[in-house]
Amino acid sequence: MTADPIAPPLRGSSSVASTERGTPPERTSSNRASTSHATTWLPRNLHPIAWWIWALGLVVAASRTTNPFLLLAIVAAAGLVVMRRRGTAPWAKAFRWYLLFGVIIVVIRVATRGLLGGGAMGGAHVWFTLPRVPLPRWAAGITLGGPVSGEAVVAAACDGLRLATIIVCIGAANALANPKRALRVLPGALEELGVAVVISITVAPQLVAGVQRVRRARRLRGGADRGFRVLRSITLPVLHDALERSLALAAAMDSRGYGRRSVTSPTTRRLTVALLLGGLAALCVGVFGLLGGGTAPAVTTPAILAGVTCCAAGLWTGSRRVRRTAYAPDPWDVPESLVVLAGVVCAAVFVVAGGSIHGMQFGVATLRWPTLPLVPLVAVALAATPAVTAPRPPVRRVRASDPRGRSGDVAPIGATA
Amino acid sequence: MIDFERVTVTYDGASVPTLCDASFSVPEGELCLVVGSTGSGKSTLLGAVNGLVPRFTGGVLAGRVTVAGRDTARFHPRDLADIVGVVAQDPLAGFVTDTVAEELAYCMEQLAVPPSAMRKRVEEIVDVLGLADLRDRALAELSGGQQQRVAIGSVLAAQPSVLVLDEPTSALDPTAAEDVLAAITRLVHDLGLTVLMAEHRLERVVHYADSMLVLDGTGSVTHGPVAAMLADSPVAPPVVELGRLAGWEPLPSSVRDARRRAPELRERLAGRPVPGRGGARRVAHRADRSTGHAALSARGIVVRYGDLVAVAGVDLSLDAGSITALMGRNGSGKSSLLWALQGSGPRDAGAVDVAGADPGLLDPRGARAHVALVPQTPSDLLYLDSVAEECAQADRESGVPAGRTAELLGRLAPGIAPTCHPRDLSEGQKLTLVLAIQIAPSPPVVLLDEPTRGLDYGAKRRLADVLDGLAAQGRSIMIATHDVEFVARVADRVVLVAEGAVVADGPCEDVVVSSPAFAPQVAKILRPDPYLTVDQVAASLEGIGEVR
Repeated sequence: MTADPIAPPLRGSSSVASTERGTPPERTSSNRASTSHATTWLPRNLHPIAWWIWALGLVVAASRTTNPFLLLAIVAAAGLVVMRRRGTAPWAKAFRWYLLFGVIIVVIRVATRGLLGGGAMGGAHVWFTLPRVPLPRWAAGITLGGPVSGEAVVAAACDGLRLATIIVCIGAANALANPKRALRVLPGALEELGVAVVISITVAPQLVAGVQRVRRARRLRGGADRGFRVLRSITLPVLHDALERSLALAAAMDSRGYGRRSVTSPTTRRLTVALLLGGLAALCVGVFGLLGGGTAPAVTTPAILAGVTCCAAGLWTGSRRVRRTAYAPDPWDVPESLVVLAGVVCAAVFVVAGGSIHGMQFGVATLRWPTLPLVPLVAVALAATPAVTAPRPPVRRVRASDPRGRSGDVAPIGATA
Repeated sequence: MIDFERVTVTYDGASVPTLCDASFSVPEGELCLVVGSTGSGKSTLLGAVNGLVPRFTGGVLAGRVTVAGRDTARFHPRDLADIVGVVAQDPLAGFVTDTVAEELAYCMEQLAVPPSAMRKRVEEIVDVLGLADLRDRALAELSGGQQQRVAIGSVLAAQPSVLVLDEPTSALDPTAAEDVLAAITRLVHDLGLTVLMAEHRLERVVHYADSMLVLDGTGSVTHGPVAAMLADSPVAPPVVELGRLAGWEPLPSSVRDARRRAPELRERLAGRPVPGRGGARRVAHRADRSTGHAALSARGIVVRYGDLVAVAGVDLSLDAGSITALMGRNGSGKSSLLWALQGSGPRDAGAVDVAGADPGLLDPRGARAHVALVPQTPSDLLYLDSVAEECAQADRESGVPAGRTAELLGRLAPGIAPTCHPRDLSEGQKLTLVLAIQIAPSPPVVLLDEPTRGLDYGAKRRLADVLDGLAAQGRSIMIATHDVEFVARVADRVVLVAEGAVVADGPCEDVVVSSPAFAPQVAKILRPDPYLTVDQVAASLEGIGEVR
């Protein structure tokens, strides 16, 4: 209560009367307005969208280079920001799993491409030669084994590192932003998607807990058999449980008003459908042109633009039907802009400099140490600034009190206007 | 306020409707109790109020359900959210956000309540439900009672006029349940909410109710004032059964009512010896106990999860042929103790001795031959497609002759079809099936974790008989439970734990009666006479009849 400048809780009828005259709400809002600048740098949660834009900026940057030093710098920047600015929530602890996942990606990439398929790559520096596995004729073009060259291994490692860096950046966004709060900015028209995301976020940890619980229960029964049986004996109760929980959560969300729609005219509804369908069709044409390469750019670019515009308009008209308010809205303030700027500038430097600056693409043909270009490195350093510019996450207040929290004095509710 | 007009609900693939031609009307401001045995359609009826049935469950609803004039056939549950608030059995399953304050505001956010009004209402709700100190806490860290109060608060914040509660206290210990029920009744009185509530343990709620909806299991529903409905309800709390036995008219619904009638009954019982609970077994067992043969003895059991000490050095010995109740608040370490005794759960210190072996040092198969444990969610142990397959698998797992488990099951719960899918069994049948599987290798000690959860009075009575039978064979049984009336019915001895340590240990009569929170209704009514159950009173009265 100390942190929230709000009216004291109502007690008794006299204060109820004063509420209805409307004094406390005014005072509340004016207080909040006057303190909003003061809270800018206080410990608080940064707007989740700011974190996501920042992380996507890093992803764009990582996708534009194969220089291992730059990629490792990006990982270091993401890691630094996560270490300094993550909260205590369960999802914040998941970052190391993303790091581990990244390492696994690099290892698999090196193992499959560098070692086994290395024979096809060629390369001057042959380290050792694996026995070649003869393959039938229909598998022509695929080689297993053969000489393993330093070039092939390094190229595979760099390639794997790029993918790992992208994964780590996404993991950083996940660790820093509360996924459920990020969901709030989802347009109201996509509420079914919201249900799916909330369910997956909520049920996934329960699934893990469920596996542990059922495994423990299996031991009670003796659990002597192995293999497929055990798998089945664990997955079946767990999945059944997860399915039931998902349904229960969806029902709970619905019965608490999620996705409520105000009454809209049939014209608006038809307009929404037309805009969305038209937009998607245009997008399909655009993407086909982009990937196929056969269509003229004169068609592709306008098609994509038109598609995006129509979809946005459709989502907007659709979202007008859903009315929601936010209890504790995430403010967009100076730190949010700084974080977004850091990510966007970094991405822009990599995109613009990708072709022109020497050293962005790591040539493995000669197997030399890669150079470290200065300008992109400065951009990565800029991307690490949120470690300082973003406000610290709030520390949860822990109060010594009756654990059951039964308060002695209670007030009648229903006093709200 | 709530009107059912000739409502019939039939689920997909069911041959008979779950609700059949139900017509009733619950007026505004009434607290109406929904009563019926398991599977009689209570949840279906409650779900139909805001249209979750059939929209989220499938099936066909014929007839008309209207709430405050809105027909559920035309309005989605979400469009009724401003009128009907629903609180489910497991609050954790319905939480959408992460912290208490966010959860309390969630429903209001969806209803587009202006932010200033929303903040004010959250403050009020927090005060009314005593959640002020928990506002910033994560929902997952709260105790069961706190979670349930948050769930109630989050629907109340939206200021509905109808509150639907499906067994809100089934997972709570007696004190936490009292908290939640007290909060509900205070709200009903302060705000004039219309409340529809299902509850198995009638003894907790019946004295708060204005009317009752009784589902008899055939799909038909009757609605009427509490006193009239109780007279011939298939399920009744001990206070009502005692009233029926003593011939009190009108029937008392609360301990207070009954206590005022009690002097007359105490006079009739005066001078009679108090019969043992559970009949013949008690007599045999008394003799047995004097030999002091311990089936299980444990010394210095410690279970820790990091810095949290769940069980702090418990010494315990369980006599052969006895039933021990392990009681205590949620989170007091009951489950951890049971798992540690069985040997499958973690144990950081201490030793257990069952027939010369420590189950914690044996492999799972060996451990279960010494100590059987039926966990809180028995269905975790079931994974095959039919009861017969489960039984056959249990025979193989426990190395007993084929057909042994099926035969045990037949004795414990006659009439379960072997072709039936375990998921389709009722809660009581599932429990019995798992019990049969677990006792197939004839372990001398049987532990049950919260066996009465979700069981109706009939199923509890059958479970009590089963446990009596097992104890009579010389097995030692321990049940962790919150259910005071069930403990009064079956237990010889009560062990009360708090914060992982034993705080009371003694004969059921002494421990249970000395604590107001844990005393069964009959004990409260007939105090200071040491009667615990209606059956005891009945046996004593029969004795009087014989003498006359």
